[in-house]
Amino acid sequence: MSERILDIKNLSVTFGGLHALRDLNFHVDEGEIVGVIGPNGAGKTTFFNMISGMVTPSSGDILFEGKSIIGLDPNQVTQRGISRTFQNVRLFANMTIAENVMVSQHCRTKQGVWGALFNTPGFKKEEKEIREHAEKVLGFFGTRLIGYRLEQPASVLSYANRRRLEIARAMATSPRLLLLDEPVAGMNPKESAELTDLIGKLRSEWGFTIVMIEHDMNVVRDVSDRVVCLDHGETLAQGSFEEVSNNPEVIEAYLGRPLEKKSAS
Amino acid sequence: MSATIATDTAGQGMPEAVSKGAFDLDWANVAKSGSIAALIMTFIALSGMPDGLDARPIVDGVRVLTIGYLTLFAVPLAFGWMIGNEVVLEGMVATKRGPRDLVAGAAVGALGGVGLTLLVVLMSNFDLRDPLVNWSPQLFNLLTFDSGVGVGVWVWILIGAVLGAIGASLRLLPAKIRRAVIVMFLTVVGFSVLQGLIDDIVGNVGETIRDPGRFSEFFGEGDTPRPRVDSVFDPVINFIYSQTGGLKLVGAIVLALVAGALSLSGRGRIKAAKASYNAKTGPERTKQTSIMIGITAVLLILLPFFSGKIVNELLANVGIFLLLALGLNIVVGLAGILDLGYVAFFAVGGYTTAVLTAPKPGDAWPEWLPTLPWWGALLVTVVFAAITGLMIGAPVIRMRGDYLAIVTLGFGEIIRLLFLSDWLKGYFGGAQGITNIPAADFGPLGTVSGVDPRSVFYLVLVFCALAIYVSWRLERSRLGRAWMAIREDESVAEAMGINTVNVKLMAFVVGAVLASFSGAIFSAKVGSIFPSSFLILVSIIILVVVIVGGMGNIMGVIVGALVLIGVLGGPKQPGLLQEFSEYKLLIYGALLIWMMLKRPEGLVPNVRRSRELHQDEFLQDAWLKGEVDTDDEDGELATEVAPA
Ligand SMILES: Nc1ncnc2c1ncn2[C@@H]1O[C@H](COP(=O)(O)OP(=O)(O)OP(=O)(O)O)[C@@H](O)[C@H]1O
Ligand SMILES: [Mg+2]
Repeated sequence: MSERILDIKNLSVTFGGLHALRDLNFHVDEGEIVGVIGPNGAGKTTFFNMISGMVTPSSGDILFEGKSIIGLDPNQVTQRGISRTFQNVRLFANMTIAENVMVSQHCRTKQGVWGALFNTPGFKKEEKEIREHAEKVLGFFGTRLIGYRLEQPASVLSYANRRRLEIARAMATSPRLLLLDEPVAGMNPKESAELTDLIGKLRSEWGFTIVMIEHDMNVVRDVSDRVVCLDHGETLAQGSFEEVSNNPEVIEAYLGRPLEKKSAS
Repeated sequence: MSATIATDTAGQGMPEAVSKGAFDLDWANVAKSGSIAALIMTFIALSGMPDGLDARPIVDGVRVLTIGYLTLFAVPLAFGWMIGNEVVLEGMVATKRGPRDLVAGAAVGALGGVGLTLLVVLMSNFDLRDPLVNWSPQLFNLLTFDSGVGVGVWVWILIGAVLGAIGASLRLLPAKIRRAVIVMFLTVVGFSVLQGLIDDIVGNVGETIRDPGRFSEFFGEGDTPRPRVDSVFDPVINFIYSQTGGLKLVGAIVLALVAGALSLSGRGRIKAAKASYNAKTGPERTKQTSIMIGITAVLLILLPFFSGKIVNELLANVGIFLLLALGLNIVVGLAGILDLGYVAFFAVGGYTTAVLTAPKPGDAWPEWLPTLPWWGALLVTVVFAAITGLMIGAPVIRMRGDYLAIVTLGFGEIIRLLFLSDWLKGYFGGAQGITNIPAADFGPLGTVSGVDPRSVFYLVLVFCALAIYVSWRLERSRLGRAWMAIREDESVAEAMGINTVNVKLMAFVVGAVLASFSGAIFSAKVGSIFPSSFLILVSIIILVVVIVGGMGNIMGVIVGALVLIGVLGGPKQPGLLQEFSEYKLLIYGALLIWMMLKRPEGLVPNVRRSRELHQDEFLQDAWLKGEVDTDDEDGELATEVAPA
């Protein structure tokens, strides 16, 4: 059995009186791709915010590679090896595409003021490595984000490309666990099919373990080993895609959404 | 509203502009703009500017062409120009330019003039001198052109209408001609305003060309003063300038014509040169850059020899504030931390240097306090500034935006009050400050003190060059990228692994160190420092320099410092336009408001910053030009075509 990379125990968070997450138990094994589904407002993004240190849980524990990451600042969590994307695409819009990916290597590099001022060999070497790594990561998405695009500001990108750049930026932090928040939202079927493929490659070629929030059931079905359904901050069901999607409670939670039709196809 | 909505959007390309009748205007808007113009003109008149600056002729002999009158004339001109501004959004059709613009301009200008007419009428009937100090007979005479109420009641309406129409007519000119006209106007005004400077420098250069021996005198080596010789440029200067101040009429016309001709013929060339420079890459570009830097350096080193003492003093002041602005630019422009207490580091730099170099800074200091040479004190000052940066930074750095601004403002005052306090009077002299600060001695290189502004200029030049180098290197480094990321979105920057606290503290410390250099030079230059040299006003003026110049842009900050500090003057230092000193803050404020509304990216914009501030327009423009990547097909194809 592979190792537990992420282990979440009895995790709860409340905003005022609202229980955004309630007594959540959840784990991810090394090399898994886990899909997180659930209706709007179920607490999925809150769940990511908590793992990445942006929200502090009111109780419970999060173990990453056996060590608690509760109370760590987001940058420390990233340093430990967890990286994320944002549901509402939050790129550094006025930095170039290359810079977006270069800046997220911050916690893996160390040159400071002296190196920059005296242009030391160490500084030059590190800059070169940062740049090369950035180009390598961007090259993962084909030619869309490299070449002449490298020096363009992120704000000129199309929506789909912004999503790709978000993923690239998260990849560049060299994480072991990658949290993707609705990676294909707003993409057309062709684009999302292609990204589904790439998500598979993120595991097979880059060795990332992945937790992915997604509303698009086709994507969830195609790529996840295991699916967790949240509703009102609670786990409704866990298991394979078939098990979860046929769970009556899940179907109820999704009532009004074409889950049955999709899962039947 | 007469906004035009496109009825035909099916057609390809840009729709035809519609033409409208001359009086088919948005009259409500004209009335609104006109009233604003009237208010502004009345305000300017009562601020005392026209009267105070009336003594500065632009063209000698033409009564109304003085800087004083210009402050009033500028308003209808500007409003006439602005009223023709039409926002054309997607799906809207532009209106054809034509007599309609002239009518609108004239109407706005005339309405503006009505403001002054009312003022004239009121002034002739009431005396409100008590609350309004400038409600004076002089102003009355100025407004009525010495011809009494009879003229005063109509003349400004006429002037307003004519100037408004002229302003609007600029819109009708082809872009190239319009640019030439504006260049001509600015050249004439600029030459007249900078008369002292030009006279001084050109005169000295001319004298040196005639008598090269004078050059050695600049080094203080000539034993006896050499006899005065005529400058070779005297004929030119005498042709342009009148003895009594201002341009000669013929000189002004010739200047304008030359400027216009240069603008028409030169622009293409400047553009081409720029393009060829930008097209160069690698070593060739480095070479060209080095040549340009070299030429600038030589010019800057030679400049003080040819400019008089007053100009050198001014340049030294510009340098001191430029150094501060460059430091603040790292904090505000790059890292996006709005520090309103920046003057604190300037004060710490100044006081530390003063305490360490003055023979007897205060009674309370222990015996062992050394008296160091300036450069020795500088080393300690840097350390002290860095520590102060950390100490002020640590508690405030976790705050964001407005909160941080307010708290830094408080810290800036606290530092000044500490220096002012009776509690530390034995150390810092309270309100009396520290007075016996010696000149900075650099051995064989000479000494730097306030009596020799040229030496201060050189010292400041060295440190500004250092600050520019530091900004330039850091901007392109790991740290600089982290600063930019924080400026863009702090939470995301943190989530991407940037330790925002450390990185922001670093910006604070680098800024503090640069400010302390400035403080150290300041204390050696002035020879005495008081808490009153470090008012909040300093922070604010530096911030205005950074904002007006163009946040995050080194070139912009330099231009900002030259224009604001050089021409208008620093918080206490006079600028080139001494007459403006009284209105300095008014102009600073007005400029800041205008810049924030119309050009938030500053005079010399940082490309990024400008994009950030005009996001919508930028995106729309880019979309219209087809630059935005609207779909993925290109990428798709490229991936498929590219061999795996
Ligand atoms: N910072 C916050 N303060 C208060 N309430 C919050 C906060 N963040 C989230 N919530 C609430 O917590 C609940 C869960 O929100 P969350 O964003 O996690 O949902 P989600 O599952 O990601 O939904 P969606 O599918 O729409 O993205 C919502 O009711 C939301 O309003
Ligand atoms: Mg969400």
